Order: sequence, then structure tokens, then C-alpha cells
Amino acid sequence: MLEVANLACSRGDHRLFSGLTFSLHPGEIMQVQGANGSGKTSLLRTLCGFIQPDEGDILWNGKRAHDLGEDYYAELLYLGHLNAIKDELNALENLQMSAGMAGYTVTEQQAIAALRRMGLQRREHLPVRVLSQGQRRRVALARLLTGDAHLWILDEPLTALDVGAVGLMQELIGEHLSKGGMTIFTTHQPLQVAGVETRQLTLS
Amino acid sequence: MNKLSLMGLFGLVVRRDLLLAMRRRADVLTTLIFFVMVVSLFPLGVGPEMDMLRKMASGVVWVAALLASMLSLPRMFSADHADGTLEQMMLAPQSLSVLVLGKIVAHWMLSGLPLALIAPVLGLQFDMSPEALWILVLALLLGTPVLSMIGAVGAALTLGLRGGGVLVSLLVLPLCIPVLIFGAGAVEAVTSGMSVASNLAFLGAFMLFALVFSPFVAAQALRISME
Repeated sequence: MLEVANLACSRGDHRLFSGLTFSLHPGEIMQVQGANGSGKTSLLRTLCGFIQPDEGDILWNGKRAHDLGEDYYAELLYLGHLNAIKDELNALENLQMSAGMAGYTVTEQQAIAALRRMGLQRREHLPVRVLSQGQRRRVALARLLTGDAHLWILDEPLTALDVGAVGLMQELIGEHLSKGGMTIFTTHQPLQVAGVETRQLTLS
Repeated sequence: MNKLSLMGLFGLVVRRDLLLAMRRRADVLTTLIFFVMVVSLFPLGVGPEMDMLRKMASGVVWVAALLASMLSLPRMFSADHADGTLEQMMLAPQSLSVLVLGKIVAHWMLSGLPLALIAPVLGLQFDMSPEALWILVLALLLGTPVLSMIGAVGAALTLGLRGGGVLVSLLVLPLCIPVLIFGAGAVEAVTSGMSVASNLAFLGAFMLFALVFSPFVAAQALRISME
């Protein structure tokens, strides 16, 4: 369970949000809303520990995330604006490397199966350089299929994706939630997971 | 699903950086060619006076090695920073210091090691004796890892800054002076018939010292740069 208590964050001298309190239970999904510059990305990056909050605590299963350190990171999967894939490597190598960075190994079969599910048949061995923006995003999203992180933190996961891929994302998040996972995300496009109510958190 | 051990992660990072360098060979070659060119300019500029060349050989090779290793430093973390891989590295469920050490080792294999291996060929231009060439290679093998390790701290600190490339050289070069002194001193000692043990021992000590502290310091610097 993720609990956020009285969180405050600022960039430079500008206070983005303060007194933010919420909790996220297994099987729940939450959308962070707000205008451009309201601190959505900063909130997600604070949850990942990239930014130190000015005040407040982030608790994972009752323990401070900062104290848990690497144990917390093992439970977490972050997908930001940047795809974290290398142009020089092919889709398969990229997926295996990013799995390695997240602390586990995937076999070639598992990786290919994940890429196929993301709609990248026959693209597994192409350098990512020659893929389109949407296909590169799909390579990055294939990480969701291989790991066993409980908390997905997705920052604008739908950018550059077509209608089919958006449907697939809803399906993937639905499966993740039904296994007791949690998702917190931002998006400017509609994303509705069937059978689960999306909680809203509005930053102003 | 198999968990990756600490050593497994370290190996993965080294393998990954070497693989990326193989796909982008120009970056590695520029460092090496720069080194060869700078060292070769001296005999041409100073003229074929054997005595003078022999005296300045070790200093020239070491200064060139120092400058050449500065060339590749800004690239150490910048590509990973730009494409978001660095964010994922920070979320690795293992110590970030180990990942940084992996990057340092890969960087040394691509910048320091080639310099040390090609140095004897360049030393011939300066009429260095065979013993001096051996000691030169040995000193470079001990000294260049220190350059990569101190360089990693500088590269991490200047990550994302405008003009970071020049800044990192200004930051790191002064810190590399001890390596230069003892590295060149080792070759100096062997040509004047003295024992090289003390110089090499100092280089080894620098390397161990840097090995213990630099990955941790660079990891902390990266976390600060990410904010």
C-alpha cells in the first residue's frame, strides 16, 4: 500500500503543491490531473525519489520509502516522458537491458512474447533507430509485461500511441490491477480500465 | 523470473556499455587517434634531437593521455541522461554505486586501456629504451583507471549543464596532477637507473583509494544532478 502524507514540493522558489495526502491500495488506480505546470510530473518523480519533498512522507506498506531505498525500488516501475531505450540496440536487446536494470533477467522467448503482445512482430531485431515514435513507445511499454513490480508510475503513457495501443494499455493495466497491483498515472487522453473505478487527484 | 545479483548487474552494465560502443565506434576511435596525433606532433615540432626527445618522452605521453581521456568524459553519462536510462538506473533495486562502477570500468576499457596498449608504439618515436616502455605501459595501466574514476565524479557533477564538456576538464585536470607526477616519474626513474617501486606503489594506492570512494561520490553527484 502506498501512503502519501502531507506532501509538499517546490521547484525553485515556486511551490507546486502542499498538504497532499492520499493512499493507494492494491487493485486501485489513480489519475493525477491538473493543468500544464501544476506539478503532475514532479509529484510522480517525487514518488520515485528523484526529487526530495519539502515536507511530508511517502510510506510503502507503512515504512518510509526513503528508508526502504532499494527494497522500495524493487516494487516500483516508472515510465517517464523519456523512453529509456537506446537507438543503437534492437528492441529485444533494449528490453533485456532494461529488465536487467530493474534487477531481473528475461529469456529471449519471454522478451519476444512481450514485444509481440505490444504489436512489434518482426521488429524485434531492428535497431530502434529505424522505428517510429509510437513503436519506440511500445518498446518502452513492453517493460510492463516482463516485470513483477507492484506499483506502476506512468507519466503520460499514451503519448504517440495509436487507438489500438491505447486499448492494449487499458487491458494491461486491467490485468495488473486484477493481480493486486497499483497504478498511478497522468494523461491528457481518456484512459478507462473496464470494471475499475479510476480515482482522481487534482492538482491546482 | 530470475533475480539479478549485484555482480550480474555490474556485468550487465559493462556489457551494455561495451556493446553500445561497438555500435558507435567513432567515439572510441576519436580518443585514440587524438592521443596518437598529439604525441606524434612533438617529435615533429621539437625536431629529431634524440637526447631531448628521450628526456621529454614520458611527460609528453602522460600529458597526451590525460587530455585524451578528458575527451570522452562528457559522454560518460550524458547519453544515458538524455534518453532517460539514468532514471531507470537510479530505480535499480541494487546500489547505484555498483552501476556507476560498471560504467567506469567500461569507460576505462574503451578509453584508458587502448591508450596504454598503443603507448609503446608511440614511445618508439621518442627512442625510449625497452625497460622504459614496459614501465610506461605499467604506469598507464595503473594510472588511467584513476583518470576514469575521478573523471566520473566530474562528469556526474556537470551533468546537464551547458558547456559541461569544458567545465569537466577544468574540474578534473587539477585533480589528476598527482597521477601525472607519479606516472611520468616512474618512467623518469627507470631511465635514470633508480627504483620505480615507490612511484608505482603511489599509483596503485591512488587507484585503490579512487576505487573505494569515486563510485559512491559519483552516484551521489548523479542523484543531485537528477533533481
